[in-house]
Amino acid sequence: MNYFREGFVWLNDPLNWTNPGGLLDRLGEHLLISLWAVLLGCAIGWPLGIWLGHRGRGGGAIVTIANLTLAIPTLALLTILPLTPLGFGKPPVVVALAVFAVPPLLANAYTGLRQIDPETRDAAKGMGLSGGQLLRQVELPLSVPYLAAGLRTAAVQVVATAALAAFVNGGGLGEIISAGFGVGMSNGGGGQIVAGGIVVALLALLVEALLAAVQRLVTPPALRGARRRPTTAAAPAG
Amino acid sequence: MSFLSRAPAPAWPLAAPADDGPGNPWFSWRYVHDNAGEILSALQFHAGLTARAVIIALVVAVPLAVVAYWWRPLTGPILALSGVLYTIPSLALLALVAPAVGTTSDTSVLIALVLYALLVLVRNALAGLTQVPSEVRDAAAGMGYGRLGRLLRIELPLALPGILTGLRLATVSTVALVTVGSLIGKGGLGEMILGGFRNNFYKAEIMTGTILCVGLALVLDLVLAGLGRLVTPWARERRS
Repeated sequence: MNYFREGFVWLNDPLNWTNPGGLLDRLGEHLLISLWAVLLGCAIGWPLGIWLGHRGRGGGAIVTIANLTLAIPTLALLTILPLTPLGFGKPPVVVALAVFAVPPLLANAYTGLRQIDPETRDAAKGMGLSGGQLLRQVELPLSVPYLAAGLRTAAVQVVATAALAAFVNGGGLGEIISAGFGVGMSNGGGGQIVAGGIVVALLALLVEALLAAVQRLVTPPALRGARRRPTTAAAPAG
Repeated sequence: MSFLSRAPAPAWPLAAPADDGPGNPWFSWRYVHDNAGEILSALQFHAGLTARAVIIALVVAVPLAVVAYWWRPLTGPILALSGVLYTIPSLALLALVAPAVGTTSDTSVLIALVLYALLVLVRNALAGLTQVPSEVRDAAAGMGYGRLGRLLRIELPLALPGILTGLRLATVSTVALVTVGSLIGKGGLGEMILGGFRNNFYKAEIMTGTILCVGLALVLDLVLAGLGRLVTPWARERRS
Protein backbone atom coordinates (compact mmCIF):
# COMPACT_ATOMS: atom_id res chain seq x y z
CA MET A 1 0.00 0.00 0.00
CA ASN A 2 3.07 2.17 0.39
CA TYR A 3 3.30 2.70 -3.35
CA PHE A 4 -0.34 3.72 -3.52
CA ARG A 5 0.32 6.49 -1.04
CA GLU A 6 3.30 7.62 -3.13
CA GLY A 7 1.06 7.49 -6.19
CA PHE A 8 -1.49 9.78 -4.57
CA VAL A 9 1.26 12.11 -3.42
CA TRP A 10 2.45 12.32 -7.03
CA LEU A 11 -1.08 12.99 -8.24
CA ASN A 12 -1.45 15.70 -5.60
CA ASP A 13 1.37 17.78 -7.05
CA PRO A 14 -0.21 20.34 -9.42
CA LEU A 15 3.05 20.62 -11.36
CA ASN A 16 2.77 16.99 -12.37
CA TRP A 17 -0.48 17.93 -14.07
CA THR A 18 0.47 21.19 -15.75
CA ASN A 19 4.11 20.52 -16.72
CA PRO A 20 4.89 20.14 -20.40
CA GLY A 21 4.44 16.40 -20.90
CA GLY A 22 2.48 16.31 -17.67
CA LEU A 23 -0.83 14.60 -17.04
CA LEU A 24 -3.01 17.15 -18.85
CA ASP A 25 -0.86 17.09 -21.99
CA ARG A 26 -0.82 13.32 -22.02
CA LEU A 27 -4.53 13.10 -21.34
CA GLY A 28 -5.21 15.35 -24.33
CA GLU A 29 -2.97 13.22 -26.56
CA HIS A 30 -4.58 10.07 -25.25
CA LEU A 31 -8.11 11.25 -25.97
CA LEU A 32 -7.17 12.63 -29.39
CA ILE A 33 -5.51 9.38 -30.49
CA SER A 34 -8.44 7.36 -29.14
CA LEU A 35 -11.01 9.59 -30.84
CA TRP A 36 -9.38 9.26 -34.25
CA ALA A 37 -8.93 5.52 -33.82
CA VAL A 38 -12.58 5.01 -32.89
CA LEU A 39 -13.73 7.23 -35.77
CA LEU A 40 -11.55 5.30 -38.21
CA GLY A 41 -12.83 2.01 -36.78
CA CYS A 42 -16.44 3.18 -37.14
CA ALA A 43 -15.82 4.35 -40.70
CA ILE A 44 -14.66 0.84 -41.61
CA GLY A 45 -16.57 -1.43 -39.24
CA TRP A 46 -20.07 -0.01 -39.41
CA PRO A 47 -20.66 0.25 -43.18
CA LEU A 48 -19.16 -3.20 -43.68
CA GLY A 49 -21.10 -4.79 -40.83
CA ILE A 50 -24.36 -3.11 -41.85
CA TRP A 51 -23.92 -4.13 -45.47
CA LEU A 52 -23.08 -7.73 -44.56
CA GLY A 53 -25.96 -7.83 -42.09
CA HIS A 54 -28.34 -6.40 -44.66
CA ARG A 55 -27.29 -9.00 -47.19
CA GLY A 56 -27.27 -11.68 -44.50
CA ARG A 57 -23.97 -13.22 -45.34
CA GLY A 58 -20.39 -13.20 -44.16
CA GLY A 59 -21.17 -14.10 -40.55
CA GLY A 60 -18.53 -16.83 -40.49
CA ALA A 61 -15.90 -14.50 -41.91
CA ILE A 62 -16.64 -11.90 -39.23
CA VAL A 63 -16.16 -14.44 -36.45
CA THR A 64 -12.90 -15.55 -38.05
CA ILE A 65 -11.63 -11.97 -38.32
CA ALA A 66 -12.59 -11.23 -34.73
CA ASN A 67 -10.80 -14.34 -33.49
CA LEU A 68 -7.73 -13.65 -35.61
CA THR A 69 -7.27 -10.11 -34.32
CA LEU A 70 -7.43 -11.57 -30.82
CA ALA A 71 -4.17 -13.36 -31.56
CA ILE A 72 -2.29 -10.29 -32.83
CA PRO A 73 -0.38 -8.51 -30.07
CA THR A 74 -1.06 -4.77 -30.07
CA LEU A 75 2.63 -4.26 -29.47
CA ALA A 76 3.42 -5.95 -32.79
CA LEU A 77 1.19 -3.61 -34.80
CA LEU A 78 2.48 -0.60 -32.89
CA THR A 79 6.06 -1.46 -33.80
CA ILE A 80 5.46 -2.67 -37.36
CA LEU A 81 3.22 0.11 -38.67
CA PRO A 82 5.72 2.96 -38.14
CA LEU A 83 8.14 1.08 -40.42
CA THR A 84 5.62 1.01 -43.25
CA PRO A 85 4.93 4.02 -45.50
CA LEU A 86 2.62 5.36 -42.76
CA GLY A 87 5.69 6.81 -41.13
CA PHE A 88 6.31 7.65 -37.50
CA GLY A 89 4.17 9.74 -35.21
CA LYS A 90 0.45 9.57 -34.54
CA PRO A 91 -0.93 7.99 -37.77
CA PRO A 92 0.51 4.48 -37.22
CA VAL A 93 -0.72 4.49 -33.61
CA VAL A 94 -4.21 5.50 -34.72
CA VAL A 95 -4.27 2.81 -37.39
CA ALA A 96 -2.98 0.15 -35.00
CA LEU A 97 -5.69 0.98 -32.46
CA ALA A 98 -8.37 1.14 -35.16
CA VAL A 99 -7.49 -2.41 -36.22
CA PHE A 100 -8.58 -3.59 -32.78
CA ALA A 101 -11.67 -1.37 -32.75
CA VAL A 102 -13.05 -2.80 -36.00
CA PRO A 103 -13.99 -6.36 -34.86
CA PRO A 104 -16.41 -5.36 -32.07
CA LEU A 105 -17.98 -2.65 -34.26
CA LEU A 106 -18.27 -5.01 -37.22
CA ALA A 107 -19.60 -7.96 -35.23
CA ASN A 108 -22.16 -5.89 -33.33
CA ALA A 109 -23.40 -4.12 -36.46
CA TYR A 110 -23.82 -7.49 -38.15
CA THR A 111 -25.57 -9.04 -35.13
CA GLY A 112 -27.74 -5.94 -34.80
CA LEU A 113 -29.10 -6.36 -38.30
CA ARG A 114 -29.36 -10.13 -38.15
CA GLN A 115 -31.27 -10.22 -34.86
CA ILE A 116 -34.20 -8.35 -36.40
CA ASP A 117 -37.28 -10.54 -36.56
CA PRO A 118 -37.53 -11.87 -40.14
CA GLU A 119 -41.26 -11.21 -39.97
CA THR A 120 -40.60 -7.50 -39.46
CA ARG A 121 -38.46 -7.52 -42.55
CA ASP A 122 -41.10 -9.43 -44.51
CA ALA A 123 -43.80 -7.00 -43.40
CA ALA A 124 -41.69 -4.04 -44.52
CA LYS A 125 -41.07 -5.69 -47.87
CA GLY A 126 -44.78 -6.44 -48.17
CA MET A 127 -45.51 -2.75 -47.65
CA GLY A 128 -43.43 -2.08 -50.72
CA LEU A 129 -40.20 -0.79 -49.16
CA SER A 130 -37.16 -1.03 -51.38
CA GLY A 131 -33.88 -2.44 -50.11
CA GLY A 132 -32.53 1.00 -49.26
CA GLN A 133 -35.74 2.09 -47.55
CA LEU A 134 -35.85 -1.14 -45.59
CA LEU A 135 -32.31 -0.51 -44.39
CA ARG A 136 -32.87 3.14 -43.45
CA GLN A 137 -36.37 3.02 -42.02
CA VAL A 138 -36.54 -0.42 -40.43
CA GLU A 139 -33.23 -2.18 -39.99
CA LEU A 140 -31.00 0.68 -38.84
CA PRO A 141 -33.39 2.04 -36.16
CA LEU A 142 -33.90 -1.46 -34.80
CA SER A 143 -30.18 -2.16 -34.59
CA VAL A 144 -29.20 1.09 -32.83
CA PRO A 145 -28.80 -0.63 -29.42
CA TYR A 146 -26.36 -3.08 -30.96
CA LEU A 147 -24.42 -0.36 -32.75
CA ALA A 148 -24.16 1.48 -29.42
CA ALA A 149 -22.98 -1.67 -27.65
CA GLY A 150 -20.30 -2.15 -30.29
CA LEU A 151 -19.20 1.46 -29.97
CA ARG A 152 -18.93 1.08 -26.21
CA THR A 153 -16.84 -2.09 -26.41
CA ALA A 154 -14.60 -0.64 -29.11
CA ALA A 155 -14.12 2.73 -27.44
CA VAL A 156 -13.25 1.24 -24.05
CA GLN A 157 -10.80 -1.08 -25.72
CA VAL A 158 -9.17 1.71 -27.70
CA VAL A 159 -8.84 3.98 -24.66
CA ALA A 160 -7.30 1.09 -22.74
CA THR A 161 -4.97 0.04 -25.53
CA ALA A 162 -3.86 3.58 -26.32
CA ALA A 163 -1.76 3.38 -23.15
CA LEU A 164 0.50 0.92 -24.97
CA ALA A 165 1.46 3.59 -27.49
CA ALA A 166 4.06 4.70 -24.96
CA PHE A 167 6.14 1.64 -25.89
CA VAL A 168 6.89 3.28 -29.23
CA ASN A 169 6.87 6.88 -27.94
CA GLY A 170 3.44 7.43 -29.42
CA GLY A 171 2.28 9.69 -26.62
CA GLY A 172 -0.72 9.21 -24.41
CA LEU A 173 -1.03 8.45 -20.72
CA GLY A 174 1.18 5.38 -20.98
CA GLU A 175 4.09 7.82 -21.21
CA ILE A 176 3.53 8.70 -17.55
CA ILE A 177 4.04 5.06 -16.62
CA SER A 178 7.07 4.51 -18.81
CA ALA A 179 8.58 7.79 -17.61
CA GLY A 180 8.10 6.46 -14.08
CA PHE A 181 10.12 3.39 -15.00
CA GLY A 182 12.69 5.75 -16.51
CA VAL A 183 13.02 7.57 -13.20
CA GLY A 184 13.60 4.21 -11.54
CA MET A 185 12.10 2.57 -8.50
CA SER A 186 14.90 3.66 -6.21
CA ASN A 187 14.44 7.33 -7.14
CA GLY A 188 10.75 7.49 -6.33
CA GLY A 189 9.54 6.41 -9.75
CA GLY A 190 7.24 3.89 -8.12
CA GLY A 191 4.81 6.65 -7.14
CA GLN A 192 4.65 7.92 -10.71
CA ILE A 193 4.15 4.40 -12.09
CA VAL A 194 1.27 3.78 -9.74
CA ALA A 195 -0.17 7.25 -10.43
CA GLY A 196 -0.07 6.57 -14.18
CA GLY A 197 -1.74 3.22 -13.61
CA ILE A 198 -4.49 4.80 -11.52
CA VAL A 199 -5.20 7.52 -14.10
CA VAL A 200 -5.28 5.10 -17.05
CA ALA A 201 -7.54 2.70 -15.15
CA LEU A 202 -9.89 5.49 -14.05
CA LEU A 203 -10.09 6.85 -17.59
CA ALA A 204 -11.07 3.43 -18.95
CA LEU A 205 -13.70 2.94 -16.25
CA LEU A 206 -15.03 6.46 -16.85
CA VAL A 207 -15.38 5.93 -20.59
CA GLU A 208 -17.06 2.59 -19.93
CA ALA A 209 -19.58 4.19 -17.53
CA LEU A 210 -20.21 7.13 -19.85
CA LEU A 211 -20.83 4.98 -22.90
CA ALA A 212 -22.95 2.55 -20.90
CA ALA A 213 -25.18 5.53 -20.10
CA VAL A 214 -25.22 6.54 -23.77
CA GLN A 215 -26.08 3.00 -24.77
CA ARG A 216 -28.97 3.01 -22.31
CA LEU A 217 -30.14 6.36 -23.59
CA VAL A 218 -30.35 5.31 -27.23
CA THR A 219 -31.99 1.98 -26.44
CA PRO A 220 -35.77 2.30 -26.71
CA PRO A 221 -37.35 1.78 -23.25
CA ALA A 222 -39.22 -1.29 -24.45
CA LEU A 223 -35.98 -3.07 -25.27
CA ARG A 224 -34.13 -2.18 -22.07
CA GLY A 225 -33.30 -5.12 -19.88
CA ALA A 226 -35.20 -7.41 -22.20
CA ARG A 227 -32.01 -9.14 -23.20
CA ARG A 228 -28.45 -9.30 -22.14
CA ARG A 229 -25.88 -7.08 -23.67
CA PRO A 230 -24.71 -8.82 -26.84
CA THR A 231 -21.44 -10.53 -26.23
CA THR A 232 -18.61 -9.84 -28.59
CA ALA A 233 -15.21 -11.31 -28.97
CA ALA A 234 -13.70 -8.34 -27.22
CA ALA A 235 -10.04 -8.81 -26.51
CA PRO A 236 -8.64 -7.67 -23.23
CA ALA A 237 -6.90 -4.42 -23.75
CA GLY A 238 -3.56 -5.75 -24.81
CA MET B 1 10.01 -26.01 -33.36
CA SER B 2 12.68 -28.44 -34.39
CA PHE B 3 13.38 -26.54 -37.57
CA LEU B 4 14.64 -23.67 -35.51
CA SER B 5 17.18 -25.68 -33.62
CA ARG B 6 18.41 -27.36 -36.76
CA ALA B 7 20.73 -24.93 -38.47
CA PRO B 8 19.35 -24.15 -41.93
CA ALA B 9 21.71 -25.56 -44.51
CA PRO B 10 23.03 -23.17 -47.15
CA ALA B 11 20.88 -25.03 -49.66
CA TRP B 12 17.72 -24.19 -47.69
CA PRO B 13 15.26 -23.23 -50.38
CA LEU B 14 14.04 -20.09 -48.63
CA ALA B 15 17.39 -19.01 -47.25
CA ALA B 16 18.51 -15.54 -48.13
CA PRO B 17 22.02 -15.02 -49.44
CA ALA B 18 24.61 -15.20 -46.72
CA ASP B 19 24.35 -11.47 -46.08
CA ASP B 20 20.61 -10.88 -46.38
CA GLY B 21 21.19 -8.48 -49.23
CA PRO B 22 21.10 -4.73 -48.75
CA GLY B 23 18.80 -2.82 -46.45
CA ASN B 24 16.61 -4.00 -43.65
CA PRO B 25 14.57 -7.02 -44.79
CA TRP B 26 11.29 -7.94 -43.11
CA PHE B 27 12.46 -11.46 -42.61
CA SER B 28 15.84 -13.11 -42.51
CA TRP B 29 16.69 -16.75 -42.03
CA ARG B 30 20.15 -15.65 -41.15
CA TYR B 31 18.83 -13.73 -38.16
CA VAL B 32 16.76 -16.74 -37.10
CA HIS B 33 19.78 -19.01 -37.49
CA ASP B 34 22.21 -16.79 -35.64
CA ASN B 35 19.84 -16.13 -32.76
CA ALA B 36 18.09 -19.49 -32.53
CA GLY B 37 19.00 -19.85 -28.86
CA GLU B 38 17.56 -16.53 -27.77
CA ILE B 39 14.47 -16.95 -29.94
CA LEU B 40 13.81 -20.38 -28.48
CA SER B 41 14.21 -19.22 -24.91
CA ALA B 42 11.87 -16.26 -25.54
CA LEU B 43 9.33 -18.65 -27.06
CA GLN B 44 9.72 -21.01 -24.15
CA PHE B 45 9.26 -18.22 -21.62
CA HIS B 46 6.22 -16.95 -23.51
CA ALA B 47 4.57 -20.35 -23.69
CA GLY B 48 5.42 -21.12 -20.08
CA LEU B 49 3.98 -17.87 -18.78
CA THR B 50 0.83 -18.36 -20.87
CA ALA B 51 0.40 -21.90 -19.60
CA ARG B 52 0.87 -20.90 -15.97
CA ALA B 53 -1.53 -17.97 -16.27
CA VAL B 54 -4.26 -19.95 -18.01
CA ILE B 55 -3.99 -22.93 -15.67
CA ILE B 56 -4.12 -20.77 -12.53
CA ALA B 57 -7.04 -18.80 -14.00
CA LEU B 58 -8.86 -22.03 -14.81
CA VAL B 59 -8.30 -23.41 -11.31
CA VAL B 60 -9.76 -20.21 -9.84
CA ALA B 61 -12.49 -19.64 -12.42
CA VAL B 62 -14.29 -22.99 -12.36
CA PRO B 63 -14.95 -22.95 -8.58
CA LEU B 64 -16.01 -19.30 -8.88
CA ALA B 65 -18.45 -20.19 -11.64
CA VAL B 66 -19.79 -23.08 -9.54
CA VAL B 67 -20.26 -20.76 -6.56
CA ALA B 68 -22.09 -18.28 -8.78
CA TYR B 69 -24.17 -21.13 -10.18
CA TRP B 70 -25.16 -22.54 -6.79
CA TRP B 71 -25.89 -19.21 -5.14
CA ARG B 72 -27.53 -17.12 -7.85
CA PRO B 73 -27.42 -13.85 -5.85
CA LEU B 74 -23.63 -14.02 -6.12
CA THR B 75 -23.70 -14.18 -9.94
CA GLY B 76 -24.12 -10.43 -10.36
CA PRO B 77 -21.31 -9.35 -8.03
CA ILE B 78 -18.86 -11.96 -9.34
CA LEU B 79 -19.45 -11.01 -12.97
CA ALA B 80 -19.44 -7.29 -12.17
CA LEU B 81 -16.15 -7.51 -10.28
CA SER B 82 -14.41 -9.47 -13.01
CA GLY B 83 -15.93 -7.06 -15.54
CA VAL B 84 -14.37 -4.09 -13.78
CA LEU B 85 -11.01 -5.89 -13.64
CA TYR B 86 -11.35 -6.62 -17.35
CA THR B 87 -11.96 -2.97 -18.18
CA ILE B 88 -8.77 -1.85 -16.45
CA PRO B 89 -6.08 -1.58 -19.13
CA SER B 90 -3.37 -4.21 -18.98
CA LEU B 91 -0.63 -1.61 -18.80
CA ALA B 92 -2.36 0.13 -15.87
CA LEU B 93 -2.87 -3.16 -14.06
CA LEU B 94 0.77 -4.03 -14.56
CA ALA B 95 1.78 -0.57 -13.36
CA LEU B 96 -0.30 -1.05 -10.21
CA VAL B 97 0.90 -4.60 -9.52
CA ALA B 98 4.56 -4.32 -10.48
CA PRO B 99 5.80 -1.81 -7.86
CA ALA B 100 4.21 -3.87 -5.09
CA VAL B 101 5.24 -7.34 -6.29
CA GLY B 102 8.55 -6.50 -7.85
CA THR B 103 9.45 -4.69 -11.03
CA THR B 104 11.74 -7.43 -12.25
CA SER B 105 9.71 -10.47 -11.34
CA ASP B 106 7.50 -12.31 -13.80
CA THR B 107 5.01 -12.84 -10.98
CA SER B 108 3.74 -9.31 -11.66
CA VAL B 109 2.96 -10.20 -15.26
CA LEU B 110 1.47 -13.50 -14.15
CA ILE B 111 -0.94 -11.79 -11.74
CA ALA B 112 -2.13 -9.37 -14.44
CA LEU B 113 -2.57 -12.21 -16.94
CA VAL B 114 -4.55 -14.34 -14.49
CA LEU B 115 -6.90 -11.47 -13.66
CA TYR B 116 -7.63 -10.97 -17.36
CA ALA B 117 -8.14 -14.61 -18.22
CA LEU B 118 -10.45 -14.92 -15.21
CA LEU B 119 -13.39 -12.98 -16.64
CA VAL B 120 -13.49 -14.87 -19.93
CA LEU B 121 -13.28 -18.21 -18.12
CA VAL B 122 -15.83 -17.42 -15.42
CA ARG B 123 -18.33 -16.01 -17.89
CA ASN B 124 -18.06 -18.96 -20.25
CA ALA B 125 -18.08 -21.59 -17.49
CA LEU B 126 -21.15 -19.96 -15.95
CA ALA B 127 -22.87 -19.81 -19.34
CA GLY B 128 -22.02 -23.49 -19.84
CA LEU B 129 -23.44 -24.43 -16.44
CA THR B 130 -26.65 -22.41 -16.77
CA GLN B 131 -27.50 -23.90 -20.15
CA VAL B 132 -27.71 -27.41 -18.71
CA PRO B 133 -31.39 -28.28 -19.37
CA SER B 134 -33.50 -28.33 -16.25
CA GLU B 135 -34.98 -31.73 -17.26
CA VAL B 136 -31.47 -33.16 -17.15
CA ARG B 137 -30.96 -31.70 -13.68
CA ASP B 138 -34.32 -33.05 -12.54
CA ALA B 139 -33.56 -36.47 -13.96
CA ALA B 140 -30.19 -36.52 -12.19
CA ALA B 141 -31.85 -35.50 -8.92
CA GLY B 142 -34.44 -38.24 -9.47
CA MET B 143 -31.67 -40.79 -9.91
CA GLY B 144 -30.46 -39.88 -6.45
CA TYR B 145 -27.52 -37.62 -7.23
CA GLY B 146 -26.66 -35.14 -4.51
CA ARG B 147 -25.62 -31.61 -5.32
CA LEU B 148 -21.91 -32.41 -5.53
CA GLY B 149 -22.39 -35.68 -7.40
CA ARG B 150 -24.69 -34.00 -9.88
CA LEU B 151 -22.17 -31.24 -10.41
CA LEU B 152 -19.24 -33.58 -11.00
CA ARG B 153 -21.01 -36.28 -13.01
CA ILE B 154 -23.67 -34.34 -14.92
CA GLU B 155 -23.39 -30.58 -14.93
CA LEU B 156 -19.65 -30.04 -15.36
CA PRO B 157 -19.35 -32.53 -18.22
CA LEU B 158 -22.31 -30.87 -19.95
CA ALA B 159 -20.74 -27.45 -19.38
CA LEU B 160 -17.44 -28.61 -20.90
CA PRO B 161 -18.06 -27.08 -24.36
CA GLY B 162 -18.65 -23.68 -22.75
CA ILE B 163 -15.60 -24.02 -20.53
CA LEU B 164 -13.47 -25.05 -23.52
CA THR B 165 -14.65 -22.08 -25.57
CA GLY B 166 -13.63 -19.83 -22.71
CA LEU B 167 -10.33 -21.63 -22.39
CA ARG B 168 -9.54 -21.09 -26.06
CA LEU B 169 -10.45 -17.41 -25.96
CA ALA B 170 -8.47 -16.92 -22.76
CA THR B 171 -5.42 -18.74 -24.13
CA VAL B 172 -5.32 -16.81 -27.40
CA SER B 173 -5.71 -13.44 -25.72
CA THR B 174 -3.21 -14.33 -23.01
CA VAL B 175 -0.56 -15.15 -25.61
CA ALA B 176 -1.05 -11.68 -27.08
CA LEU B 177 -1.15 -10.04 -23.65
CA VAL B 178 2.16 -11.50 -22.46
CA THR B 179 3.89 -9.02 -24.79
CA VAL B 180 2.72 -6.17 -22.53
CA GLY B 181 5.07 -7.63 -19.93
CA SER B 182 7.85 -5.96 -21.92
CA LEU B 183 7.13 -2.98 -19.70
CA ILE B 184 9.14 -4.70 -16.98
CA GLY B 185 11.33 -6.76 -19.29
CA LYS B 186 9.29 -9.93 -18.94
CA GLY B 187 7.48 -9.95 -22.25
CA GLY B 188 8.79 -13.17 -23.81
CA LEU B 189 8.40 -12.68 -27.54
CA GLY B 190 7.30 -9.11 -26.84
CA GLU B 191 10.90 -8.49 -25.81
CA MET B 192 11.95 -9.41 -29.35
CA ILE B 193 9.30 -7.16 -30.92
CA LEU B 194 10.22 -4.20 -28.76
CA GLY B 195 13.93 -5.06 -28.91
CA GLY B 196 13.87 -4.95 -32.70
CA PHE B 197 12.12 -1.60 -32.59
CA ARG B 198 14.69 -0.17 -30.22
CA ASN B 199 17.59 -1.82 -32.04
CA ASN B 200 17.48 0.67 -34.89
CA PHE B 201 14.16 -0.69 -36.18
CA TYR B 202 15.51 -4.12 -37.03
CA LYS B 203 12.54 -5.45 -38.98
CA ALA B 204 13.64 -9.11 -39.03
CA GLU B 205 13.62 -9.29 -35.23
CA ILE B 206 10.22 -7.58 -34.95
CA MET B 207 8.71 -9.84 -37.60
CA THR B 208 10.14 -13.05 -36.14
CA GLY B 209 8.70 -12.17 -32.74
CA THR B 210 5.32 -11.29 -34.21
CA ILE B 211 5.08 -14.41 -36.37
CA LEU B 212 6.03 -16.68 -33.48
CA CYS B 213 3.55 -14.92 -31.20
CA VAL B 214 0.62 -15.24 -33.60
CA GLY B 215 1.74 -18.75 -34.50
CA LEU B 216 1.89 -19.80 -30.85
CA ALA B 217 -1.65 -18.47 -30.33
CA LEU B 218 -2.98 -20.34 -33.36
CA VAL B 219 -1.20 -23.58 -32.48
CA LEU B 220 -2.47 -23.50 -28.88
CA ASP B 221 -5.97 -22.71 -30.16
CA LEU B 222 -5.88 -25.67 -32.54
CA VAL B 223 -4.52 -27.98 -29.82
CA LEU B 224 -7.29 -26.92 -27.43
CA ALA B 225 -9.90 -27.29 -30.16
CA GLY B 226 -8.66 -30.81 -30.87
CA LEU B 227 -8.64 -31.59 -27.17
CA GLY B 228 -12.19 -30.29 -26.94
CA ARG B 229 -13.33 -32.60 -29.73
CA LEU B 230 -11.70 -35.52 -27.96
CA VAL B 231 -13.33 -34.94 -24.58
CA THR B 232 -16.78 -33.96 -25.87
CA PRO B 233 -17.56 -36.56 -28.54
CA TRP B 234 -21.30 -35.89 -28.16
CA ALA B 235 -21.00 -32.24 -29.20
CA ARG B 236 -19.64 -33.25 -32.58
CA GLU B 237 -22.86 -34.89 -33.72
CA ARG B 238 -25.03 -32.08 -32.41
CA ARG B 239 -23.18 -29.48 -34.40
CA SER B 240 -23.48 -31.23 -37.75
